[in-house]
Amino acid sequence: RVYPALRPMTTGIGSSTPNPVLKKRDDFEDVLEERRNSSDLRYALRCYTPALYKGLVPCKASMLKSIVLQSDSLQYVVGQSREAVQEEAALLLEEMAHRLQLGTIRFFAFTLSKAFKALFRGVCVNEEGIQRLQQAIQEHPVVLLPSHRSYMDFLMMSYILYTYDLALPVIAAGMDFISMKFVGEMLRMSGAFFIRRSFGGDKLYWAVFSEYVKTMLRNGYAPIEFFLEGTRSRTGKSLTPKTGLLNIVMEPFFKGEVFDVNLVPVSISYERILEESLYARELLGVPKPKESTSGLLKARRILSEDYGSMHVYFGHPVSIRSLAQGHISRSQHNLLPRHIPQKPTADTQAFVNDTAFRLVRLQEENMVLKPWVLLATLLLQNPDGMDLSTLTEQADWLRRLALAFGAFLDWPDHEPCSKVISSSLALHKNLVCVSGGRVRLVVEELPGAESATEEAGFNRAVSVLSCASYRNQILHLFVRPALIAVAMQTANCSRKDEVFNCFNFLRNVFSNEFILCPGAAVQDFEEACYLLGKCGAVQELQQDLVMSQSGQTTLAFLCSVLDPFLQGYQVVFHTNTQKYRYVHTFTRFNVSTCVMILITAYTIKSRQTSPHSVQPLCAVFEVFSLLILSLTKSTKRSNKVPEKRTGKESDSVLWSTLKAVCVKTLVLI
Amino acid sequence: MFLKIIHACKTSKRKVQLSFCCMRSILSLSLSLSLSLSYFFFPFRHDIMKWNGWGYSDSRFLFNKKGQAEFTGKRYRLSGLILPSLKDWFEGTFGANLQHKSPATPALNVSAVPPPNLNESFVEELKAAGVALSQEPEDRVFRSHGHCLHEIFALREGRISRVPDLVVWPSCHNDVVKIVELACKHNVCLIPYGGGTSVSSALECPPEETRSIVSLDTSQMNRILWIDEKNLTAHVEAGIIGQDLERQLNESGYCTGHEPDSMEFSSLGGWVATRASGMKKNIYGNIEDLVVHIKMVTPRGVIEKSCQGPRMSTGPDIHHFIMGSEGTLGVVTEVTMKIRPVPEYQKYGSIVFPNFQQGVACLREVAKQRCAPASIRLMDNEQFQFGHALKPQVSSIFTSFLDGLKKFYITKFKGFDPHHLCVATLLFEGDREKVLQHEKQVYDIAAKFGGLAAGEDNGQRGYMLTFVIAYLRDLGMDYYVIGESFETSVPWDRVLDLCRNVKERIVRECKERGVQFPPLSTCRVTQTYDAGACVYFYFAFNYRGLSDPIHVYENVEHAAREEILANGGSLSHHHGVGKLRKEWMKEAVSTVGLGMLKSVKEYVDPSNIFGNRNLL
Repeated sequence: RVYPALRPMTTGIGSSTPNPVLKKRDDFEDVLEERRNSSDLRYALRCYTPALYKGLVPCKASMLKSIVLQSDSLQYVVGQSREAVQEEAALLLEEMAHRLQLGTIRFFAFTLSKAFKALFRGVCVNEEGIQRLQQAIQEHPVVLLPSHRSYMDFLMMSYILYTYDLALPVIAAGMDFISMKFVGEMLRMSGAFFIRRSFGGDKLYWAVFSEYVKTMLRNGYAPIEFFLEGTRSRTGKSLTPKTGLLNIVMEPFFKGEVFDVNLVPVSISYERILEESLYARELLGVPKPKESTSGLLKARRILSEDYGSMHVYFGHPVSIRSLAQGHISRSQHNLLPRHIPQKPTADTQAFVNDTAFRLVRLQEENMVLKPWVLLATLLLQNPDGMDLSTLTEQADWLRRLALAFGAFLDWPDHEPCSKVISSSLALHKNLVCVSGGRVRLVVEELPGAESATEEAGFNRAVSVLSCASYRNQILHLFVRPALIAVAMQTANCSRKDEVFNCFNFLRNVFSNEFILCPGAAVQDFEEACYLLGKCGAVQELQQDLVMSQSGQTTLAFLCSVLDPFLQGYQVVFHTNTQKYRYVHTFTRFNVSTCVMILITAYTIKSRQTSPHSVQPLCAVFEVFSLLILSLTKSTKRSNKVPEKRTGKESDSVLWSTLKAVCVKTLVLI
Repeated sequence: MFLKIIHACKTSKRKVQLSFCCMRSILSLSLSLSLSLSYFFFPFRHDIMKWNGWGYSDSRFLFNKKGQAEFTGKRYRLSGLILPSLKDWFEGTFGANLQHKSPATPALNVSAVPPPNLNESFVEELKAAGVALSQEPEDRVFRSHGHCLHEIFALREGRISRVPDLVVWPSCHNDVVKIVELACKHNVCLIPYGGGTSVSSALECPPEETRSIVSLDTSQMNRILWIDEKNLTAHVEAGIIGQDLERQLNESGYCTGHEPDSMEFSSLGGWVATRASGMKKNIYGNIEDLVVHIKMVTPRGVIEKSCQGPRMSTGPDIHHFIMGSEGTLGVVTEVTMKIRPVPEYQKYGSIVFPNFQQGVACLREVAKQRCAPASIRLMDNEQFQFGHALKPQVSSIFTSFLDGLKKFYITKFKGFDPHHLCVATLLFEGDREKVLQHEKQVYDIAAKFGGLAAGEDNGQRGYMLTFVIAYLRDLGMDYYVIGESFETSVPWDRVLDLCRNVKERIVRECKERGVQFPPLSTCRVTQTYDAGACVYFYFAFNYRGLSDPIHVYENVEHAAREEILANGGSLSHHHGVGKLRKEWMKEAVSTVGLGMLKSVKEYVDPSNIFGNRNLL
């Protein structure tokens, strides 16, 4: 072994099979099919008798609250004889707690049936996964971990569980919904419980919240559902996971209060995302519309559009017990009463973090990719449009490559390639158009074009970004081989350890960009090498890793997949060290954000002067808009807690300059 | 009186020595003679006890021709009775079948026993000193094991590993001093042997030991040397067996009250060496509370305190180096123990709880109010059903009608789920009046936790289960079922979690290791303390279809112990560490703690004469 220092953590999921392509996946069943053929009302009123957890402690939603308030851990935080605090805790719990009621679920079952039938051609669910889930629910407390791409996700989850007669989950939802009149309460009654977005130092809030979740888990009250990514991903890429809630649901196991907990990753993929253009606008700095009932009503026009089909894949339950085997010593809790809160040890924190990454990867692996994802990838690499015939040809090539890499591709086998492509293009006609045998991105032309160049640039950015959000769905598949492809290019030598060093460097650089499990560099490297070898792009020799003769196309493609990200980052680091030293006072992420925006302008200019350093336009847009997004966020935050930030004024000055620069940049394009 | 006893001892001792050489031949000719003599000459205890199973040869469970279970012999309340529901329980629980038998090797194959590796000069000097000894294969094999599953299983299959090379029977403290001196002089390994009921591999001869291994059987040191009625103490030789000690004290109107489940066969010295615990510790205390004075012979000399003061502040208590030393430091020869007048009145009792959680909550409350009866135990549902299967044939239609009525009352009228309810068994002791008062207090507490008094009979049967369980294991082994018990102690707040997790871990491990049938995995809370409880697990499974059942079994037990430790349980409450659990000692007592123990061993026994390699 050339790189023995980096021992991969082997925890059993994902890593057990050396060949990720051989993953066997279940078949899908369309749940809407039956809805289209029988009465929705009867469906909503049917007998619902789910199988329950064998160790269930029967209790009502209202009883939960008193159990929590009287729990030792809460009493410990409240302290003795402090009624005011006790009362505050009760209020917090009141604000937080769900009031799951079957009646509301039935109401949703009815209305959502109508809505889903209007929106989707089909909602496909793997029934084997449902069966596994049913088994898991009976054996141990279950935590459902769906991917988060749309508001639709959690409604869909409860809808499916109701449909299959499974125990209805309680769902951790953001406080944003509570402000919606009526709807917020409806969500509460369908099992949502609400958490504040940030409660950093508030010990009481944390105590109430974590005890509430743990009580439900320990008693087996219901499956607990939350989103590892913390928020909806606006880019189609999985977000790096948040570990707060995962920590909470794992603690009862660490402390021996439950025998095991089953974590069930659920991958929800949309052929067309409802919030498509909304996300793109948000990325470009248009603030997120506030969740409101009137907004919801206004949005009903989406009902008239076609959003294709969606796929919900219930992954294999992951046992925390097997994961923790050999990594966590539960006896570390032996010497302190278990209700006294303890900061997780570094080991525990690392384990939870690692698990979170692995679970997100499991979500990624079972995301269904539509043909359109491949088309978007190709179109973005050719921003000036492509001939339909070239597109068809290349799409077919890409399809085979993706399949070789183990993609979960929903490509109709029996149809000719061209037909698949044309129907894909048709579904996404708001993003692409075909004219004269050429496929290009749609840009809304505005009347009076002369004066509205800025507006046009913005619109173009929206469609590129929307397109990119589909392209991004395939990145998890290519990112590791692409890192090798780039590493091979930069290593200047074919020695395997050299390539690995480059690979590892790049992997660290992108550790916040893609889901790359911490500490799994060797494993990732080997897996990617295997894939590249399998598709004939590289040859693995004793000491070397060399490109094979036919590998040129594949490696070039892989490089170009990573290129936008690479260039964006490069420029940031470059400028960061050269020009803007003063930005040290900002947090790390903000440094890159600010600088990147300036850099974007810079790169675009240079592109115009030297046509050889061509980089896909979309990448610039994307990096760019992500930055604006995070900058908007950071300024928002800094307004809220000004005392925490230093150099606040220079911050806002910088912000306004940057804003000006980016508007200019948009105009440039 | 004291002098008289000593005198009697001396004469009887001489008799043993004189008659010993010819004893074996005589006894092998006449079993009845051996039985009549065995009271005095215990070396031949194995003539009335099984060589490859638990307890007396005449007492065993078997399925008769009609397929009904019965218990043979005359020694126990259950002896000679038919147990009609045991077969169904046995087949139902384990998936066992009476057609599939796995009988034991009927007799010891003497030729399979390795020839003794004797230290001739040691043997010569021992003989000269007049110490009784034997190198007969039967004697050596009998003292080569305790009662761990793997030990008994191997014997049943006729597999014999390293056994002691010589057995010696000292008859008094001075004999032991002599033996230990000679052992040091000739560098011979000594392994003290008391009742042989160890369940921690403590008696196994270390296979890596190259010296001659001598089993030092204390069974001849079995006299009560004196009774001091003013201070309520008795000075007893450490080889005495529990039931003999109690019986002899009872004759004078006293008892020690120390009743471990193994008391029929285990010895006083063994209790001290393992930190034993008795069923009635709530009144009488555990062995560490009962002991006033200990005399132990070590390679460095004799260790004992200079007086019998009831409590001392003289540095760390040296008794605590002795108690739990598991034969690694020396041989306990004499012990002064507290005694109590035999209680006037005893009463059994039982309480049914709707579920195990309620039962544990009740026990916790009883412990909190410090009103625990002499014994209080809580069986889980599986064990309750097990106990039920041991109900003897009812004598009349009337009793069976009554039983049905009781069952109806509890399950239908009170709404207890027969698959969740569990039973606490109780034993009260003392003045009649106080017992009744005490009983009421406990039942009142139980009522607060949904408990219903369920009669004396159930209680008594629960305690009987303790004494016959080891016999039942032998029955299981005749039909492809192997099992074992193990124990721990744990703080109150973790009792439920620990019980659930360990039971479930056992089930899961069995499944993962290819056991074809669901195992029996059950527990009971057997002792209550102010700050926690002692929990006892039974675990058994049908091993048909497994190529190496013992290996599977050991893996599962290992996993179960890990689970116990992970859930805040102790390495052992009273079984001890032996060799079976010593891998966890460092974790259990910290590196420094283990170093302390090692340095004591280093000082007391630098050339590892007491080389059973337990504990450290």
